[in-house]
Amino acid sequence: MNQDKLDTFTLDGQTIPFSAGQTIIQAAIAAGVYIPHLCFHPEFKPHGSCKLCTVKVNGRQTASCTALALANLVVENNTAELNNERLTLLQMLFVEGNHFCPSCEKSGDCQLQATAYELKMMSPHFDHFFPDRPVDATHPEYLLDFNRCILCSLCVRASRDADGKAVFALSGRGIKSHLIVNAESGNLVDTDFSSTDKAAHICPVGVILKKRVGFAVPIGQRRFDAQPISATPHPIAKGDA
Amino acid sequence: MVSQIHAAYLDLILTRYQHNPNHLLQILREAQEYFGYIHADALSYLGQQLSLPRADIAGVVGFYSFLSDQPLGEYRVLFSDNITDRMLGSVDLMTQFCAQLWVEAGKVSEDGLLSVATTSCTGLCDQGPAMLVNNIAINRLTPERITAIAELIRERMPVSAWPASFFAIEDNIQRKDILLNGEFQSGSALAALLQRGADATLQEIHASKLRGRGGAGFATGKKWEFCRDAVGDAHYVVCNADEGEPGTFKDRVLLNRYADQVFEGMTLCARVIGAKQGFLYLRGEYRYLLAHLQAVLQQRRSQNLLGHRILGQADFDFDIEIHLGAGAYVCGEESALIESLEGKRGTPRNRPPFPVTNGYLNQPTVVNNVETFAAASLIAVKGGEWYASIGTTVSSGTKILSVSGDCARPGLYEYPFGVTVAQVLADCGAQETQAVQVSGASGICLAPAEFNRQIAFEDIPTAGALMVFDQSRDMFEVARNFVHFFAHESCGFCTPCRVGTSLLANMMDKLALGHGSPYDFAEIEKLNTLLQSTSHCGLGHAACNPVLDTIAKFRPAYQKRLIHHEFVPAFDLDFALTQARQMTGRDDSGAHFEST
Repeated sequence: MNQDKLDTFTLDGQTIPFSAGQTIIQAAIAAGVYIPHLCFHPEFKPHGSCKLCTVKVNGRQTASCTALALANLVVENNTAELNNERLTLLQMLFVEGNHFCPSCEKSGDCQLQATAYELKMMSPHFDHFFPDRPVDATHPEYLLDFNRCILCSLCVRASRDADGKAVFALSGRGIKSHLIVNAESGNLVDTDFSSTDKAAHICPVGVILKKRVGFAVPIGQRRFDAQPISATPHPIAKGDA
Repeated sequence: MVSQIHAAYLDLILTRYQHNPNHLLQILREAQEYFGYIHADALSYLGQQLSLPRADIAGVVGFYSFLSDQPLGEYRVLFSDNITDRMLGSVDLMTQFCAQLWVEAGKVSEDGLLSVATTSCTGLCDQGPAMLVNNIAINRLTPERITAIAELIRERMPVSAWPASFFAIEDNIQRKDILLNGEFQSGSALAALLQRGADATLQEIHASKLRGRGGAGFATGKKWEFCRDAVGDAHYVVCNADEGEPGTFKDRVLLNRYADQVFEGMTLCARVIGAKQGFLYLRGEYRYLLAHLQAVLQQRRSQNLLGHRILGQADFDFDIEIHLGAGAYVCGEESALIESLEGKRGTPRNRPPFPVTNGYLNQPTVVNNVETFAAASLIAVKGGEWYASIGTTVSSGTKILSVSGDCARPGLYEYPFGVTVAQVLADCGAQETQAVQVSGASGICLAPAEFNRQIAFEDIPTAGALMVFDQSRDMFEVARNFVHFFAHESCGFCTPCRVGTSLLANMMDKLALGHGSPYDFAEIEKLNTLLQSTSHCGLGHAACNPVLDTIAKFRPAYQKRLIHHEFVPAFDLDFALTQARQMTGRDDSGAHFEST
């Protein structure tokens, strides 16, 4: 048996090679195929919470970021049914928080917004929850605007797994789930957060923002202004790093 | 230093739990019991002492309903809010209680004397309405009992000095079969085990065709065998006594009266899989059972049925620790339960891997239901073949049903598998039955045409809840209660369940408030489909069941709420002015929007 020969599965009819231990989305990204996602990041252990990357494997929906690729799987991805479900999930995320794209510094560089464009979201559809989420501007260099948090936990994972810290954590339950920081005051300034942290540059939306560089790149010239998110298969947030 | 106050009691608790971060939830639970809530200084101190990030501890406190980082009242009163409590008048009783004590539901009284709120089903549906006062259960609430309780609180009488009759929880065993007839002799299953050997005992479990009693029905013998064969540094036995499914209370009775048999079943399992440590994960609502259960464990230790060198066997060491939950239904899901056992937020894990290979502390773990372990003890004594001869070919043995709602004799009913719903209804004295909700909020709702169906894995699998609704009940309100339950209990990990269950609850409220149109109906169905296909765990998948079932079978209950032909927004401009009218003391026509 040839050890070098990779097993394959099919994704919307296309043959995708994979190596043992790879999940479906990892193999798809390596093959240059876009599967919508928000909480998945190539550098971190898959989490499987946003469910945007849901695909149909042998007829059953499953999150492609946590489902292991197996030989000869038949996977559906870019179908009307799945994209409709993804659209509804996106609308849920939009009404859960307070997202005002036109005034957001992350506009054009935001994965939530770019994915919404990709899936042709025309309205939030559901009634807004309008949660009360105060902004934390205590840190001299960074701002936390919790209104935009989609609870992907990438900052939690980055701080813990890459930075060896624990600046961020999730608290609450259900619709009251929310991001907190590791300080008795509850303020970022009292944590060991640093601008060189991986966690400072990982947010796929506009929660963790560097101060005093707002709109340095004009709207219209930003990452997803140039090309749709599907054309940049694994948008690793570079931010201001 | 303020933190000295907290260090004093926290040190005692920390020492008892050996400063083990895996015991965080138990430490927090005891800290809250002592101090009334988890103070900010206590959080910081625990972080230092356990070498855990403070935010992670705060995240755990924020997850569990029974933990709070804000001051609560000296008396913490929680009204059980299952539909069966409501049917017995709990809403009016809570209103009466709040009025008598001048307190608003969901808030702490201004003098800090008490806080009042609702909580999910407390497992006293056969003797409701029920409440928890400082975590201890009180049953059979009446207007008189509520007045008496209000008086005791006003007098600042310690809960321990309240009349014992308030806390007299009944077993209400209405029909006994092999499990509940109480023939089991303590130690008899272990004696049979030693005589037969561990492998032969596993063969008996296989032969019995025993399947998990939590509802999913996985073959118990297979689970034990997979776990035994899994490689690990240690193996663990976990008994899932987190029976949070609304309408279920059988484990309450099993643990109150048959705890010996349950612990013996766990010990059997330990011998088969090679475990030295077991856990009973007891739901926080059953806190009042803790002392009794500790006493049973202690007695078993003194009888050498637990602990070191059990029954004189050199290589047979096993002990059981009791962990209490803290108000989180989702922890009944086995991987969430394990997270909770490890002292974390009860978020269900990605599966596979399953607990049999990667469970507690990532080691091979058997998680079984209380009733499963009790049945295993019986099988060890009487043999697998005997057990398999009872019930149906696919579903062997008996099932204990928790019957509540509109019937003359609520309580526990044990039947061989295969019993029809109609038989149960006849036995419990149900009349003019409109519907039966089997398996709790996540189960199925049956209409009369289906009452000839059987309780069995091949027909209606169930953990045992059976709630009866007669013709006077509004099935829309039943479904609405369940939908709110799921929204409250969603762990918040995945988008569809976190947001979807709350959207669903809001839509049901919109219908209830008279703003419904066929549009909303279509929306509810769309949400349900999404929840079923994309949710992370069973909670999300099941959250739509009550709505889908009642829509399919009791459509008129919905139809009468779809009063508008065209879409009507949920936002009601005139209603939104209510507060302003109250503040200005106005109710004239100029203070209202004209209705169109």
